[in-house]
Amino acid sequence: MPGLPQQQVPITVDQLVQLNPYNPDILPDLESYVQEQVAEKTYSLDANLCLLRLYQFEPARLNVHVITRILVKALMALPSPDFNLCMFLIPERLQMEEPFLTLATLAHFLETARFREFWDEANRNRDILEAVPGFNQAIQSYAIHVLSLTYQKLPRQILAEAINVEGLSLDKYIEQQQQHSGWSLEKGQAGGQVVVLPLNEDNNPVSRKNAADGIPLELVAKLFPVLS
Amino acid sequence: MSYNDYGRDYGRDSRDGGRDRDYGRGGGRMEDVGGYEPDYDDRPEFRDGFRDLVPPEPGHDPASYVPDVVKTFVVYLYRHIREKNVYEIHQMYEGSFQKLSERMFQKTHWPSVEAIAQYVDNDHVFCLLYKEMWFRHAYALPNPPTLEERCESWDNYCNLFQVILHGNVNMQLPNQWLWDMVDEFIYQFQSFCQYRAKLKTKTDRELSLLRQCDEVWNVYGVLNYLQALIDKSMIIQILEEEKDGTVTFTATDGYDYHGGTNVLKVLGYFSIVGLLRVHCLLGDYHSGLKALAPIDINAPGVYNTVIGCQVTTMYYFGFANMMLRRYVDAIRAFNSVLLYIHKTKQFHQRSPQYEQILKKNEQMYDLLAICLSLCPQGKLIEENVNNYLREKYADKMLRMQRSDEAQFDELFTHACPKFITPSPPNFDEPLVNYNQDAYRLQLRLFLSEVRQQQLLSSIRSFLKLYTTISITKLASFMDIDEPTLRMALLTYKHKTHVIDTDGSVLSNADVEFYIDDDMIHVADSKETRRFGDYFIRHILRFEDIITDLEQVQIE
Repeated sequence: MPGLPQQQVPITVDQLVQLNPYNPDILPDLESYVQEQVAEKTYSLDANLCLLRLYQFEPARLNVHVITRILVKALMALPSPDFNLCMFLIPERLQMEEPFLTLATLAHFLETARFREFWDEANRNRDILEAVPGFNQAIQSYAIHVLSLTYQKLPRQILAEAINVEGLSLDKYIEQQQQHSGWSLEKGQAGGQVVVLPLNEDNNPVSRKNAADGIPLELVAKLFPVLS
Repeated sequence: MSYNDYGRDYGRDSRDGGRDRDYGRGGGRMEDVGGYEPDYDDRPEFRDGFRDLVPPEPGHDPASYVPDVVKTFVVYLYRHIREKNVYEIHQMYEGSFQKLSERMFQKTHWPSVEAIAQYVDNDHVFCLLYKEMWFRHAYALPNPPTLEERCESWDNYCNLFQVILHGNVNMQLPNQWLWDMVDEFIYQFQSFCQYRAKLKTKTDRELSLLRQCDEVWNVYGVLNYLQALIDKSMIIQILEEEKDGTVTFTATDGYDYHGGTNVLKVLGYFSIVGLLRVHCLLGDYHSGLKALAPIDINAPGVYNTVIGCQVTTMYYFGFANMMLRRYVDAIRAFNSVLLYIHKTKQFHQRSPQYEQILKKNEQMYDLLAICLSLCPQGKLIEENVNNYLREKYADKMLRMQRSDEAQFDELFTHACPKFITPSPPNFDEPLVNYNQDAYRLQLRLFLSEVRQQQLLSSIRSFLKLYTTISITKLASFMDIDEPTLRMALLTYKHKTHVIDTDGSVLSNADVEFYIDDDMIHVADSKETRRFGDYFIRHILRFEDIITDLEQVQIE
């Protein structure tokens, strides 16, 4: 069994998880760590999965309130598949109840890029989401991530819908991105504004080419015995 | 030929050349076997065709009756273990034990450990090992093990692992056996969870017994034993130091040629794969892959000296990646191990694991078909594997590409691991069977992923036809409105891109495109043909043919 380190400095919860991945005694620490992640705007998938695992082993100790927080945090981790990873560990009968049904719907909208429906649904469920600071910003950056993979030039209206910001606030938002993320504005063909996003490998796929050319060394090495 | 021989890249053989002994592989017969009669299999008991097959006289307790062949078997096995003669141990373990089981104990148990103990000096560790084999055989009998047997087997594993963890085992055991221990340990855990979950058919006696044994096959116990084997063996450090060349582990297949023992080290190594498996059975794919991280599955390692281990590793690795939507990693893993099985199948036909291998082989084709339907990366597939897919899965893949959910369901159900619910039931509530719960949850979540991707394959097929197409036009082709199409295009991008552990974006996309306002631009997806690959393969094949021809002697 892994022992605790010799020196008596207090160890972090992440270290605790690493040393005792299968120890039910750390459950209370993990629960308060979820609260800490919410308050401090930090995130640890490993610690949260470890907690869900302990709940899975001892369903009697399961705390719906904590699981809700974990799932909201996992939504904020998109585009990483953390939400699914958590759901794989949560008993199905629980998933059939609120607030988990709502959270699953929200995740579904995000996974399928239905941002408008997402924001509508989110508005109806502020009580679950607003308890976790930074939620809106996290979802906005996920939306921007997906848009940047897809668009070189993005109609302003699509952006507005995706991040749920309109009018003057949107002008301000775009202005900020112009300063920090290399965005620019153009006039679109239909007359509206389009946002020009910086190029990357995914919205400019040509730049990925050529990588696959050439023969790997291992293959050439196989020829050596033949040649000698 | 022992099937250990094929678990390696050919190139590795030369590295092993300097060894004085070739333990654990079927190569040449060793000359310095010691002062025994040449070979266990040549013993008179065998030559005379199983005299002992006559059943014991009535009145004998079958469990305590020890036929002569079994007596000889344990005496020799015990001797070889004491002498650290891995080659002979391996022969007896893989060969004789199977042979005897088939011929004498097809429907009955082996003699009890109490009955044979007197022939092996009542050696504590040997008796634990014998019992481990005894239970493994018992689990494979037509009648399922009783609850008492399950409990005893758990106790036996605990005792065995305790002894090993305390460093009291100075042996060299074949990798095959050590792998089987870890494999069986987890199998019995899984089997216990399934058994416990079928509450409806339990008798009152079984139920009252079950209430008492919450320690038995407890999930914490199982995970902590595996973790303890990993920690105590220092295997992770060993694998790390091996990279600097300061220690050898992989180069000797984990064996110790300096009078030491391989048992703890190799058990620790296999426990890494064990953790991957247990986590996958629990639906915790992220932790499973994390546990496997110390083993580099792209390089030869001890895991591919035992085919069962290699297949298990790749199956769970591939499955976990599939559930994480990392289809390209899953496809690569399945492709490589399926090709490997294809090439070496003939050597495993007589192995006791042959049927298991074939079953996993089929399941991995199912999973590969699923992955390729969701992420058509045909260029990653090797020719032989591709031929088999085309032959057996063409219809199924077509249906999946048309988002036929029932087809996904069928293949997933056939190919998924036997998921388990690790917690004991609440006996005070009405008794129901919950053995399917875990599977149903994983299936449901997988199918909802499939549903989220249902428009993607038609997007793919349209985009392949164009270099540019307007949103309006594509939407009308696909018979959906523009906003829906824009969402589907974003979904395509999201689903085909995964975030790597270092935060970078990895593309799994087969068709690449970008949108410029209202116009979709498709990147030239015409494959650059990889001639180098093709030529090298044919040069090598040609060379093989020449070598074969040169060996032909015309009479």
